[in-house]
Amino acid sequence: MKLDRTSSITIVAVIGLSLILAFLNQMTDVASAAHVPTYVIALAGKYLCFAMLALAVDLVWGFAGILSLGHAAFFALGGYAMGMYLMRQIGTRGVYGNAMLPDFMVFLGWKELPWYWHGFEWFGFAMLMAVLVPATLAGVFGWLAFRSRVTGVYLSIITQALTYALLLAFFRNDMGFGGNNGLTDFKDIVGFNVQADSTRSALLVISALLLCAQFLLARFVVDSRFGKILIAVRDTESRTRFLGYRPESYKLVVWILSAVMAGIGGALYVPQVGIINPSEFAPGNSIEAVIWVAVGGRGTLVGAILGAILVNFGKTWFTGALPEIWLYALGAMFIFVTLFLPRGVMGLFRARQAKEPEPEAPAVAAAHEVTG
Amino acid sequence: MNEGDTLLYLDGVTVTFDGFRALNALSLTLNQGEMRAMVGPNGAGKTTMMDVITGKTRPDSGKVVFGKDIDLTKLDEPKIAALGIGRKFQKPTVFEPHTVWDNLLLALANDRGTRFTMFARETPEEKRRIELILETTRLTDHRYRRGADLSHGQKQWLEIGMLLAQEPQLLLVDEPVAGMTDAETEQTAVLLREINKTRSVVVVEHDMAFVRALDVKVTVLNEGSVLSEGSIDFVSDDPKVIEVYLGR
Repeated sequence: MKLDRTSSITIVAVIGLSLILAFLNQMTDVASAAHVPTYVIALAGKYLCFAMLALAVDLVWGFAGILSLGHAAFFALGGYAMGMYLMRQIGTRGVYGNAMLPDFMVFLGWKELPWYWHGFEWFGFAMLMAVLVPATLAGVFGWLAFRSRVTGVYLSIITQALTYALLLAFFRNDMGFGGNNGLTDFKDIVGFNVQADSTRSALLVISALLLCAQFLLARFVVDSRFGKILIAVRDTESRTRFLGYRPESYKLVVWILSAVMAGIGGALYVPQVGIINPSEFAPGNSIEAVIWVAVGGRGTLVGAILGAILVNFGKTWFTGALPEIWLYALGAMFIFVTLFLPRGVMGLFRARQAKEPEPEAPAVAAAHEVTG
Repeated sequence: MNEGDTLLYLDGVTVTFDGFRALNALSLTLNQGEMRAMVGPNGAGKTTMMDVITGKTRPDSGKVVFGKDIDLTKLDEPKIAALGIGRKFQKPTVFEPHTVWDNLLLALANDRGTRFTMFARETPEEKRRIELILETTRLTDHRYRRGADLSHGQKQWLEIGMLLAQEPQLLLVDEPVAGMTDAETEQTAVLLREINKTRSVVVVEHDMAFVRALDVKVTVLNEGSVLSEGSIDFVSDDPKVIEVYLGR
């Protein structure tokens, strides 16, 4: 696989910057001017997890034309799998000191661990579930939706309904996932203290490596013949059928892959923010992920990473400095990007190269999806 | 299958859209190796007929048999395409973001599965086949241009090239010369005759000069069924055809 310059720069930048941050956090004195405080490390790690979600959204939206407004569901499911592992690691250190049951179950008066919590004490099993659960949900959902040729806004609305249904389900205490409060008060991850500076730094670097691995995988997929067919399906689905391709199979494969990528992002997100609760399923989260991609540049992959980091950096700054106007700023940014940067931030670079085929502007694409 | 055997057989095919009979007990036979021109006024059912043959539309009643005994009404578009029926649309639909080369590559007769395409590498054999089609369709110099950047006529040829790449037994070509210059129209007739040397072709066309240039058997459709059939001179002298075309 040949890598273009933009992709190589992205990989070097993501891994390099993460290593520098981790190094400055670990190797400098707290009092030194060069010291990077731990909260910055956790924040950077969070951004990289969001970048994985954005990458997942771009893969299906930018290349297969599936505008998912429910991708945060896969992210949150991956997060819950990791959260369940972390809960089991607490053991007797919980408030109630129950070796088997997490605190919230003791509080609810449960006597036994529900069957679906078994196995999550093993890290490997939990990570397998972080991938398998989103993949299975995406597989069933995608198989039904794509086979029935549900496309455009209808599909977007169903994805939105999917994440909302999960939000409501996970809110219920008797689901056994901690209800409203979710899972929190984590202690260790594979034997290391989750709160420790060194663990945080390691998680940041691992996030950077996994983000780059996902990026390379996505690049491989879109550059392959499979990817070319995917783009053909995005633009003229019926034509691909008359050539003998089955668009539904192509969509399903990329949809499941995308769900897995989002799930991995969610699994890494939870130890770095220290909590997972049903609000991660909120429809707004999925819509925000679409905005990240639009801001960075749909159908560019690099743009998704860039957009996720830029917008979330803006969010952190805004919600700190001027919390009440963040949502207005986000809305204004989406309008600005649609009007003046239809190809996102990456469009600024693309215009000069003008070599690769450019994807449709988000607004135009949305219009096409509505009109079929 | 031998030259002269029946390749496609439509019997009593009826399609209704909201009470409108787009096809009305249409019956038609096409032989192996034949080229057939289909003409008819707007709404005569030409495009609907292609939709039925390619699996896009299911008929309300009637039979569509391909080859010896394959019932096309039971199959969907990808299956029919895999059987060897290729279709060129009225409006040229090539994959605009892809280069001419990639458009042909995706059309080449090959495994259509996701596992194959994910890891497929361009083979020398594929390259040779694409080069050959580029030459036939006069697109050799445009191979690295994107579909979107081609002229209308070039898009039409690219689409015909994509049809050839599929190596179909039967080509359905919907208005191939619509919007073409006279020179392009003439070249297209030459191209279709070239293609007909190895494959059966059905051409739907409005342009009578073009149909005359093809010099093949003509079927005139009207209101969803066959009005007249025969040589171009025969049908253009047929009083029923004259009435439909020149108005009552």
